[in-house]
Amino acid sequence: MSNARSDILGAVKAALQQAGGPQRADTTSVVSASKRLGDHRANLIPARGRLGVKARVDLFIREAEQASATVARVSGLSGLPREVARYLAKNNLPMTLKVAPGISEPAIPWTRETLLSVEEGRADGSESASVSRAFAGIAETGTLVMLSGPENPTTLNFLPPTHVVVVAASEIVGDYEETWNRLREKGQQGRFMPRAVNWITGPSRTADIEQTLLMGAHGPQRLHIVIVDEETPAP
Amino acid sequence: MESTTAAFRENAAKALGDAKLRDALSKLADGFPARRREAMARLPEFEALRDAARDIKDHVLANLDFYLEAFEARVVEAGGTVHWCRTAAEARTAILRICKLAGAKTVTKGKSMIGEEIAINEHLEEHGIEPVETDLGEYIIQLRHEPPSHIIAPAIHLSKEQVADTFREKHRHLSPGRSLDEPRALLDEARNELRQKFIGADVGLTGANMLIAETGSIVLVTNEGNADLTYSLPRVHIVIASLEKVVPTLEDATTILRVLARSATGQEMSVYTTFCTGPKREGDLDGPEAFHVVLLDNGRTEMLGGDFHEMLRCIRCGACLNHCPIYKAIGGHAYGWVYSGPMGAVLIPGLIGLEEAGHLPNASTLCGKCEDVCPVRIPLPRMLRTWRQRQFEKRLTSSVSRSGLKFWSHLARRPWLYRLVADIAVATLAVLGRSRGRFRRLPLAGGWTKLRDLPAPEEGGTFISRYHRAGHGDGA
Repeated sequence: MSNARSDILGAVKAALQQAGGPQRADTTSVVSASKRLGDHRANLIPARGRLGVKARVDLFIREAEQASATVARVSGLSGLPREVARYLAKNNLPMTLKVAPGISEPAIPWTRETLLSVEEGRADGSESASVSRAFAGIAETGTLVMLSGPENPTTLNFLPPTHVVVVAASEIVGDYEETWNRLREKGQQGRFMPRAVNWITGPSRTADIEQTLLMGAHGPQRLHIVIVDEETPAP
Repeated sequence: MESTTAAFRENAAKALGDAKLRDALSKLADGFPARRREAMARLPEFEALRDAARDIKDHVLANLDFYLEAFEARVVEAGGTVHWCRTAAEARTAILRICKLAGAKTVTKGKSMIGEEIAINEHLEEHGIEPVETDLGEYIIQLRHEPPSHIIAPAIHLSKEQVADTFREKHRHLSPGRSLDEPRALLDEARNELRQKFIGADVGLTGANMLIAETGSIVLVTNEGNADLTYSLPRVHIVIASLEKVVPTLEDATTILRVLARSATGQEMSVYTTFCTGPKREGDLDGPEAFHVVLLDNGRTEMLGGDFHEMLRCIRCGACLNHCPIYKAIGGHAYGWVYSGPMGAVLIPGLIGLEEAGHLPNASTLCGKCEDVCPVRIPLPRMLRTWRQRQFEKRLTSSVSRSGLKFWSHLARRPWLYRLVADIAVATLAVLGRSRGRFRRLPLAGGWTKLRDLPAPEEGGTFISRYHRAGHGDGA
């Protein structure tokens, strides 16, 4: 295989040199390419998300609903169990939940909601609903950003038919680029990417049969977003 | 995959006679283009974003070796492995070896055009491993042993009745009396069948919409969530991607994502966009233990720096298919190989040879709609013309059309001669057509007059001669 590697890279170099574009005349382009990797400069960012806090959260809600998610707001994290119970009851869904370890007891008073049966951990396909915590919401398109890790297993995002996601109002940003910057600041230099970053915009869907749009193809059929207005540290 | 591209004329004739296919294609023509227009109208920066996306891809291609090496280094740092493969055969061997080392019996698959290109399913089956397509459309066509007929809607050519028949035939363990009249019932049945496969699979094989050099991440875009179950449940995740999929940074990937879904389905963003970086980390409760990236050349380095260089900018959104009058008339299967539409007509000759795929660049009216809608502004019509020119140079066209073209170019380069011949021809046609006013049949133009009449010219001569007579033009 090492032969294949040098053959391919050799063929790439030869093709680019032969093409002789101004970009390959000397080594400046490699310098600028490596600078580009280090600078990770943003390209054009649409103006849509550049709003004040309140308008940004409103845009996030509008866009998420446009993508067929439902949205509720609670004033503090302690209000989450009641909202989840309300949502499940209203939709006639079983009152059982698998919650991400990062938002299990005692951080969230789940046991206060006596009708709910709550377990924590990853999903295995037997669950009817899950709750996990978003790293950010992106107002531009109503997109949630989920990070994998011991506190937030990826399977919770995809296996259960109902997915509830908690996001703080203060974590709702205008555009995708802001979340990359926040992620770089949060992580150690060089290894800031978790194993999986999942952008989620609405519930799972398909139009593969006669272009008929149907929800719940393989992932969740319902995506419910709970925005928490207070009790969260500012980013 | 075996190609039937050489039989394009027969394929196209068959497709045109297929009423069910025409129904299915008319739904496509109504759906995607209208939704794309709505999405564009909502985003004032859309045109500028297309320029930005094009510039990113141009920059990557001009520094492709640098970015590929950077990508590989980051994958290794994250605990993954990169397998470089020159040909489809090498990629098949690499994937099979990983599967065998993992003791795999079942491999779940996310939709991958490169997977189709290297015919990985057939290869795994031959070696006793069961590949299971998990994208709903891909699953349906896998059951029917058909290739995809559209990049992002692989089963677009089928009616729900055809899907129901396929499920009844293949899902024998289910009650024969069940109702499969509605798309919902079909989806639920496929979802249940595939749930078992997802959970039992040993290896998950996905493609990649992009590879990110900055972080060693691979990007997966789906609406169903099938790719996410494919990489997060099995022990091993294999990614297959061609060289040109690499982009520099997360910011560059983001810019391309802003034009991808809008161009493809008219969505603001696809439902699931995933950035995978290496295998499971310490403390993770889920995720694969091993992460492999199979990097495939398969003809890309030959396109690099040449007449078809810009084709390597393609992000596989399918917009050119959705807007192509030829694709909308015949569908994807007539093209006879993995890709179709304008991008297929440019790419396929480059990958399987002009001898085999020579009909495709000719299956175009050169209307230019494909270039108009391409999110990375690939000059597809120009490339189609370049292929036609190569055919002429390589003497692959018929001697009649070659001598016709030679005659034409001889005339076209001598204006006085051209005018003389045109004057004679128009005068002759005017005299011959005087009585009827039109021609039912003409020598050398049988293909044209078969379906319509040619109006006879009036007796005033050619446009140029009338123009001069009216006192315009040089010297008048």
